[in-house]
Amino acid sequence: MKSNQDTTHFVAPIEETPLLATDAVKMDQAPLSLWADAWKKLRRRPLFIVSAVMILVILVVAFFPGLFTQTAPNDNCQLANSDGAPSPGHPFGFTFQGCDVYARVIYGTQASVMVGVFAVIGVLLVGVTLGALAGFYGGWIDAVIARLGDIFFALPLVLGALVVTQLPFFRENRSVWTVIMIIVLLAWPQMARLTRGAVIEVRNADFITAARSLGVSRIQTLLRHVLPNALAPIIVLATMELGVFIVLEATLSFLGIGLPGSIMSWGNDISAAQSSIRTNPAVLLYPAAALSITVLSFIMLGDALRDALDPKSRQR
Amino acid sequence: MTTSDVRINEAGTEANRPLLEIRDLAITFNTSNGEMNAVRNAHLTIMPGETVAIVGESGSGKSTTALAAIGLLPSNGRVSGGQILLEGEDISHAPEKRMIELRGNTIGMVPQDPMSNLNPVWKIGYQVKETLRANGRPGGPDDIAKVLSEAGLPDAHRRAKQYPHEFSGGMRQRALIAIGLSCQPRLLIADEPTSALDVTVQRQILDHLEGMTSELGTAVLLITHDLGLAAERADKVVVMYRGQVVESGPSLELLQNPQHPYTKRLVESAPSLASRRIQVAKEQGVEATDLLAPASEEAAADNVLQIQDLRKVYKLRQGFGKSSDFAAVDGVSFDVKRGTTTAIVGESGSGKSTVAKMVLQLEKPTEGRILFDGVDTSVLKPAELFKFRRRVQPIFQDPYGSLDPMYNIFRTIEEPLRTHKVGNKASREKKVRELLDQVALPQSTMQRYPNELSGGQRQRVAIARALALDPEVIICDEAVSALDVLVQAQVLNLLADLQSNLGLTYLFITHDLAVVRQIADHVCVMEKGRLVETGTTDEVFESPQQDYTKALLNAIPGAKLMLPPQVA
Repeated sequence: MKSNQDTTHFVAPIEETPLLATDAVKMDQAPLSLWADAWKKLRRRPLFIVSAVMILVILVVAFFPGLFTQTAPNDNCQLANSDGAPSPGHPFGFTFQGCDVYARVIYGTQASVMVGVFAVIGVLLVGVTLGALAGFYGGWIDAVIARLGDIFFALPLVLGALVVTQLPFFRENRSVWTVIMIIVLLAWPQMARLTRGAVIEVRNADFITAARSLGVSRIQTLLRHVLPNALAPIIVLATMELGVFIVLEATLSFLGIGLPGSIMSWGNDISAAQSSIRTNPAVLLYPAAALSITVLSFIMLGDALRDALDPKSRQR
Repeated sequence: MTTSDVRINEAGTEANRPLLEIRDLAITFNTSNGEMNAVRNAHLTIMPGETVAIVGESGSGKSTTALAAIGLLPSNGRVSGGQILLEGEDISHAPEKRMIELRGNTIGMVPQDPMSNLNPVWKIGYQVKETLRANGRPGGPDDIAKVLSEAGLPDAHRRAKQYPHEFSGGMRQRALIAIGLSCQPRLLIADEPTSALDVTVQRQILDHLEGMTSELGTAVLLITHDLGLAAERADKVVVMYRGQVVESGPSLELLQNPQHPYTKRLVESAPSLASRRIQVAKEQGVEATDLLAPASEEAAADNVLQIQDLRKVYKLRQGFGKSSDFAAVDGVSFDVKRGTTTAIVGESGSGKSTVAKMVLQLEKPTEGRILFDGVDTSVLKPAELFKFRRRVQPIFQDPYGSLDPMYNIFRTIEEPLRTHKVGNKASREKKVRELLDQVALPQSTMQRYPNELSGGQRQRVAIARALALDPEVIICDEAVSALDVLVQAQVLNLLADLQSNLGLTYLFITHDLAVVRQIADHVCVMEKGRLVETGTTDEVFESPQQDYTKALLNAIPGAKLMLPPQVA
């Protein structure tokens, strides 16, 4: 009965699986921080490459519009060209006022991108600060900030903006900065909520307890350990919101409560194109396309970043 | 063991056909770094009614082998060679339809984590019914109750109507065993079925599983990292290492006469089989006599920590405005002598970690005092507390959570020095290098990040960080519980070495009495917030006074196995 194969004592030849030192440190790869790791992943993703190149182009257009067109957008408006078809030197045709559409699209980039970038910076400052305080300290601070955020959440954005723009200060000083302020005022709660959640998740980790028992003060713990670890989702949301805020500016400008008409922006151009949409749809099409492409690139970048920064995809 | 009798009988009467035979199995995973061989040349045989254990460290391929047998490999994994024969039928590449027929009916499975393997939105009864129905069996309320009561759940009709969150960990595991065995499979794969449970519950569950399977004649493939547990429960043990079977054979013989160096290493370091304290500290003669005479005058004078009538009460919310008091720690008093290790042992919920938090000044005691070097710690001013932090340092359980993933190892270990403004940049770097040497990590680890290190290495980094400020007391809260056996032994040896070199005092919180035996001089047993027994380790292990302590001791897997002296 003992001859049965399942009772034999089998020993594998030792050469086949030589014994390694217990728990040796793997030295074959270069050290990688989270950011280096994310960069390594991003570098190979077409989604990231395409969106990054597009954003780069958009930024160059925003800062140096002169590189792309010799035509000054408002100087050569001749009513003779009103709603004119594309002609050499004027590839997108002319607006109702006889201005060059291509030049207006190029010069409009600046205002749109500026609103997007500064609104995101503002939202980051306000939202991350309040969210981090709420999440880290909890208690009544959390309760107050959460309720305050809920109030702003309950306001429909456009309706809220309509009301705020009617305040005397905003009515009298309409500029890029008032639009940015309105967006920050109405859009911070989403960032605050996300930050609060991320902070709460990190706050209970053992390394926070370890830091506290090392004698690191609470505020230092928040700044040095909690926030850096909560940063990934914040960056992703910020990138995507940049696109969203550019659309928001266009929406507000379209409704006539955004940028003043004297500032060139895609939103204003789309708004102005309403009257001639049947006779000359190109006037609407080009600024709208520029807007869509810009927003799309930021949202694509956000998507790529989300995948790269996902902590679950990291080896543990 | 009854199962082995069944096996011999069947081997004599029936044709010697194994229930499951794995031949030269190779499993390959497609990862972002190319193809990876998870398992090579694996072979094992399970006869009907037999219990076979696969033992190995995490990443050794033991779970992967078992998952291949039930056809549930992750989508990026595939069987790239060899055969899996279920009663002579090769199922290694069987179509999904055939595997669905086999699962439940012929091969059952009890998964590892009872907390995440029951669907929280369905009642327990429904989840049992689902299994019964899927395998074409009657699923009426009485059938469900029968299955559940067989798995040892009392009052099964009522239990079937409850949701998973209403069950304790042990009850959930019983429910999972009920589901796994509901269709009376001939082979049950139990993947670390009790590793998430307290030792006493673990024992009950394994006893019950053994009873049920021997009654039904079910063969069991038990996957575990604990050699003691494997040897106690299985007829045959298969040891896997780096994806290969390195040794297999009858469990007792394998344990008494291990041949492969890896198996030898495992047997040597299995905590449940060790019977003595790690020797380093005791080699100094003074210490040894000290241990045997704890009441001696000089020793009593040098209590670095004195815990007096410690009590911690939490308020539990119960509906509107009502709250009830819950005493997590109740009237706990004990002393910790300088240079020794005191272990606090207890099951989850016994309040042992709360004691640790209070000693670390992370929670305020409701009543009672903690004296550190004769000074009451509850009245420390912030500046004094900051100094106190230098002298008492913690090491936590979860090696994956206790290091900041954004900090590289250098910054992690340097942080306490920077926080306490010790030395300048150059001297801090020198200190970090020394600390890495002390915990036996190469100095080049400095530039690495926690996610590049294994659990044991991270725990060693955590130890280095705790040592950076030259503390006197280190509080280890389950510091080795999450580690593989070999790594655990390595870390325990390191802790013992450091203690004898640096004269450290440890307060060691653990649920694992086997670990206590290896590291502790004194033991405090806690149950439901109260201290039920204290004494030297030898006293407690040799003549436990309380039933609770006896139950804990009995639950150590493999404790009753007789081993040759050179091993034990």
